[in-house]
Amino acid sequence: MDKTVNQKAWLLVLPVFLLVAFSAIIPLMTVVNYSLQDTFGNNQFFWNGVGWFKELLDPTTDLGGRFLASLLRNLFFSAVILAIQVPLGIVIALAMPRQGWQVAACLVILALPLLIPWNVVGTIWQIFGRPDIGLLGYALNSIGLNYNYVANEFDAWATVIVMDVWHWTSLVALLCYAGLKSIPDAYYQAAQIDGASRWAVFTAIQLPKMNRVLLIAVLLRFMDSFMIYTEPFVVTGGGPGNSTTFISIELVKIALGQFDLGKAAALSLVYNLIIIIVCWVFYTVMTNAGAERRVGLKKGVK
Amino acid sequence: MARIDLVDLAHSYSGNSSDIETFALKPISMTWRRGGAYALLGPSGCGKTTLLNLISGIIAPSRGKILFDGKDVTPLSTRERNIAQVFQFPVIYDTMTVGQNLAFPLKNRGMPRPEVEARVAQIARLLDLTANLHRKATRLTADAKQKISLGRGLVRSDVAAVLFDEPLTVIDPELKWQLRSKLKALHRELDLTMIYVTHDQTEALTFADTVVVMHEGRVVQSGTPAELFEKPAHTFVGYFIGSPGMNILPAEVRGREARISGHTIRLNRAYDALPPGANIEIGVRPEFVEIAPPASGLLTANVDRIDDLGRLRFARVRVGEVKIAARLRDGFSGSNGAVGLKFDPSHVHVYADSRLVEGAA
Repeated sequence: MDKTVNQKAWLLVLPVFLLVAFSAIIPLMTVVNYSLQDTFGNNQFFWNGVGWFKELLDPTTDLGGRFLASLLRNLFFSAVILAIQVPLGIVIALAMPRQGWQVAACLVILALPLLIPWNVVGTIWQIFGRPDIGLLGYALNSIGLNYNYVANEFDAWATVIVMDVWHWTSLVALLCYAGLKSIPDAYYQAAQIDGASRWAVFTAIQLPKMNRVLLIAVLLRFMDSFMIYTEPFVVTGGGPGNSTTFISIELVKIALGQFDLGKAAALSLVYNLIIIIVCWVFYTVMTNAGAERRVGLKKGVK
Repeated sequence: MARIDLVDLAHSYSGNSSDIETFALKPISMTWRRGGAYALLGPSGCGKTTLLNLISGIIAPSRGKILFDGKDVTPLSTRERNIAQVFQFPVIYDTMTVGQNLAFPLKNRGMPRPEVEARVAQIARLLDLTANLHRKATRLTADAKQKISLGRGLVRSDVAAVLFDEPLTVIDPELKWQLRSKLKALHRELDLTMIYVTHDQTEALTFADTVVVMHEGRVVQSGTPAELFEKPAHTFVGYFIGSPGMNILPAEVRGREARISGHTIRLNRAYDALPPGANIEIGVRPEFVEIAPPASGLLTANVDRIDDLGRLRFARVRVGEVKIAARLRDGFSGSNGAVGLKFDPSHVHVYADSRLVEGAA
């Protein structure tokens, strides 16, 4: 019963190991390395321990203050995005046709914004919203609204949010549509026979049957909106002032603007950690919801 | 509860086709008594679910009318028709408890709370769901879920009819028997008109007072289980009902005699006015063909094999190219060679182009 010892197997694992090392582990460890050191240029590094992390998590310091402010902006932004895009996506999915050529037409129209690269979306809205030459900005100003996303914080936020809603609501709508399509006709027929109102059909059948795709939609939209960078960077550049400076924009400022590699590395690690934790929570919730259902089936009562 | 009349009802899924032969449901006119227990029996694709969905209003008929107690309900929606239907696969509302599921049809119609609770309690008791009333419906087995669906169909006392579309497909065989007899008991207790769609003859024959047999979009016979067994109006009914099915044998019929491969079988009635040019067959159930030792005056056949069904034994025999199933009496020790066939003249029927011909006495 001796196990065969064959070290050749390592050779087969090696390519993957190398790939992962170069694509993930080595870059990540470089960042970890930077986060524990300070540099004054000249490629000279000094050991700083957890100094940057302490500073980052202490809001009284400059770095900590900037991190906290941008974190709050990010959380607020994600909350607004979810609050708008999820209900809107559901409404759009419900309003979509179920059959015929209209389905294909709707799907194409919905998918269009998803196919546009982030910085192009930013550029489109940057021009679209300009009060002098942009259709939106010019129109709003002509009807008496003093709209200027470069000068006014509220206008800047509104522009960034509307832009994101325009860009990503389709994703939620498409996911919900897929969820709706998977509901067997018998459910609708049964609801008809049970005399259910339109609202009762929604709350008793459609919403519960969509809950899994909705969880995925919320997860995707949360992560994506929490990591937002390109579009606000192109449109507002983080301004006016710091009002639309999200964590990612702050990070780039620190890393490339000030060349504070240690601070930037610490910030990116914490940023990364937040996203991983949120993902883990979502994943656990989703798999638990599924497991509960399976267990329930087995121990059903005779 | 209502009497349901179908007047020249027909349906085609391919829009306004004028060719009746392509219809999923060919024009039928019939009446369903109030309080009756009906079974719609037929193979898959014979139009029985179409007929059911027409009655419940899930689909609108291409032509014809549906009357509930003489009132035309054809243009009315399912909701307005006040009908209950149970589907092949369990439909339950995931977020609700078993009790809320059962109460759903009543609440939607604005029934006062105490009445809803009383009715739900009654139905739950009848279906053995009382212990689960406060559990989430999603946590139950498929069997229990289908019971909830059945319960939702039965919970309203004022419905015109309760329609069942093969409701026991997902249920374990053992529980199937229980639920079927339970449905029969419920029919008596709740006094509802019930229409039960199935492709399983046992299910149909045990549940219904009247069995309606469908074949290729047509109703070929409607009658009590005994009538279907003893006097099938169509060769399809004879073949589909009974196990093994009826023997259908091409024959020449003249007067009181039928001839099969040169052998004459006596008939109880006279068939003088058979339609000319029609395809004439005689039908006789295996139960009424007896195997005997070969003798002159009996049709000679060769035994292919013997099926032992436990209580009964049937011999599969062959006369030339024609296969016949016949009853084997208890004491008869099967010789594997030639045997004689004794036909019971009172149970030999004559069919012209598959339809029963009534002979003269």
